[in-house]
Amino acid sequence: MTTTRSEVTYTPTFTDGDEFRLPTFKLLQQDGTLYDGAEAPDLDRDKALRIYRAMLFTRVLDERMMAAQRQGRLSFYMQCTGEEAAVIGSTAALDDADMIMAQYREQGALAYRGFTTDEFMNQLFGNEQDYGKGRQMPIHYGSAKLHYMTISSPLATQIPQAVGYAYGQKLAGEKHCTITYFGEGAASEGDFHAALNMATVHKVPVIFFCRNNGYAISTPTIEQFAADGVAPRAFGYKMQVIRVDGNDVLAVHEATRIARRMVVENNSPVLIEAMTYRLAAHSSSDDPSGYRSRKEEEAWREKDPILRMRHWLQDREWWSEDDEKALQESLRREVLETMKRAEKRQPPALETLVSDVYDVITPALAEQLEQLKAHIRKYPEAYPKSAGRGKGGA
Amino acid sequence: MAKMNMLQAINNALDIAMAADEGVLCFGEDVGEFGGVFRATSNLQQKYGKTRCFNTPLVEQGIIGFANGLAAQGSIPVAEIQFADYIFPAFDQIVNETAKFRYRSGNLFNVGGLTIRAPYGGGISGGHYHSQSPEAYFAHTPGLKVVVPRNPHQAKGLLLGSIRDQNPVLFFEPKRLYRASTGEVPESDYQLPLGEAEVIKEGDDITVLGWGAQMEVIERTVELAEKEGISCEVIDLRTILPWDVETVAESVLKTGRLVVTHEAPLTGGFAGEIAAAIQTRCFLYLESPIVRVTGLDTPFPLTLEKEYMPDHLKIFEAIKASIEF
Ligand SMILES: Cc1ncc(C[n+]2csc(CCOP(=O)(O)OP(=O)(O)O)c2C)c(N)n1
Ligand SMILES: [Mg+2]
Repeated sequence: MTTTRSEVTYTPTFTDGDEFRLPTFKLLQQDGTLYDGAEAPDLDRDKALRIYRAMLFTRVLDERMMAAQRQGRLSFYMQCTGEEAAVIGSTAALDDADMIMAQYREQGALAYRGFTTDEFMNQLFGNEQDYGKGRQMPIHYGSAKLHYMTISSPLATQIPQAVGYAYGQKLAGEKHCTITYFGEGAASEGDFHAALNMATVHKVPVIFFCRNNGYAISTPTIEQFAADGVAPRAFGYKMQVIRVDGNDVLAVHEATRIARRMVVENNSPVLIEAMTYRLAAHSSSDDPSGYRSRKEEEAWREKDPILRMRHWLQDREWWSEDDEKALQESLRREVLETMKRAEKRQPPALETLVSDVYDVITPALAEQLEQLKAHIRKYPEAYPKSAGRGKGGA
Repeated sequence: MAKMNMLQAINNALDIAMAADEGVLCFGEDVGEFGGVFRATSNLQQKYGKTRCFNTPLVEQGIIGFANGLAAQGSIPVAEIQFADYIFPAFDQIVNETAKFRYRSGNLFNVGGLTIRAPYGGGISGGHYHSQSPEAYFAHTPGLKVVVPRNPHQAKGLLLGSIRDQNPVLFFEPKRLYRASTGEVPESDYQLPLGEAEVIKEGDDITVLGWGAQMEVIERTVELAEKEGISCEVIDLRTILPWDVETVAESVLKTGRLVVTHEAPLTGGFAGEIAAAIQTRCFLYLESPIVRVTGLDTPFPLTLEKEYMPDHLKIFEAIKASIEF
């Protein structure tokens, strides 16, 4: 049996698919009004404000933590700035118990789900309350209770994993799906292609959400792919696809809402390409002035997704200047105070070096830990994080 | 001579290699106009053009597969993998293709022109995925050469040696040293030999062996040991595969003791191979068991990195234990 349904032709015909142009779905203009002909989306006041609060929280968190990194209080940081609507608008269109398998720039999704400021800070400072036990670099969050898989730095690895996770959800008869987020750069990895193919072959309830933010570190999309973005790749796998304005929270939400229905009800996987822009540096280790112009950045700052949503909320009188000021102030205060507490907490106990390598600590690891403890007792001043710390220390 | 840090020395080596031979190409993620995330390829695109120094799409198996093809065609690719931790998507291309190209074709084809550069090792608060030392995986693959330099002078000479070697070479650059290690480097074109260890300091009581950034740690250790009257012979292995068993064995025959140190985990680490080979060669001359001072058998940690690392104090204790055995 074959899946090829090909007509016969007697003239040699080549095509690069260019005749098929993918449109970009938009609803909201920058001034907060809908485009002519755009239909008001299905989004109530409570939900809209929950989304907006998460977006603003993410912006404030990012600004503060980047500043903290600059002050040397934090080893590393990555901002979501400019992509809040793409990330939070899509997460908000899911059920809160749907699985999220993200890349690393999706802290907004966690904020929307209710990850507390304290939980963010504990991970960022790798202290003893960090769920990841201080083992990973800042921004590698995870939360089992919020259905958010712990971040892994190797790019694109989460994409085929999301297909497997979602296949398991389907077999378990859950009415849930998995969404996986990734950058347009990561979509060049083999794992992306493997994942899309397996998803349609096995009819898996998974949403592939590509944040096309223009850059992979310094590499612009023009050097990443020759095609019209990432979206057309879906055709090769017979996958449903939509391209959406990633700075338009209403369009992102609407596209993802419909995608979720297709995914959960028909097991028909969907690829969403959100067109957006990474307004900040790639990370605290990066300086974009070496590879892009201020002018280009300014043009995108004009399209700020948070401002766009605020205009829409104010237009409907769901939000006011006073609300804005009060929320900004309280978020700033909360982030600062929580940070101060988190950075004072102890580092994880020495045992956490050898636990979780396996389900139990193997005899060899137990021996290595004992040797290490004896060594630290001999040179306590050389290991200030672990020396003299009761149960956990040496 | 000019004062250079390790990055400048590597950049200088690439510049010389590209100027000397038009077949030399440099590519990888962000290596083009930007010059690489560590700036090792700075100005190469500006100098040699976009066809010889360029960004690739973000796909390591693609980068190395492409590089294998280029090398088979007769070009001299120098491919960068952004971090050694991200070399694994290309593991198949390296282990099954790069390493076996010559052997499987009966030497009809080879990829001897290929060099793969990757920043490597810990000490930069990089956690699991910006810290690993994967040399042992590749040392288990006949057909590859694996080189790790310890300072700018070595980096330049060994990199030029690697690019011009007629076999594929993995060149791991200890990124902790990129800016921290500086020294006098000849501005001229020179090569250092692959497959040869270097005795950096002669001594009588014990041989201390390492490579890459561990050499700096060994240097600190030796200061401590010599204060206690222990005379150390220090060897930089430089090439992990194929390694210079002769130089190491000769030293151990003299000192009767050996400490080997690397950042990678203990079990399956390359120190195990060295210990096995040296005990075969030097069994009757050994005064104490060969000791390994390495990372723990865990993934590379973050907050407790200091505790994990085989630092000068751990090596010092191992030296004392060996002497007092
Ligand atoms: C397998 C792998 N290769 C390389 C890297 C290094 N790296 C980290 S982020 C990044 C760029 C990713 O760009 P993109 O996927 O577009 O995401 P964005 O940062 O734009 O959100 C690179 C090359 C990595 N983490 N993993
Ligand atoms: Mg990107």
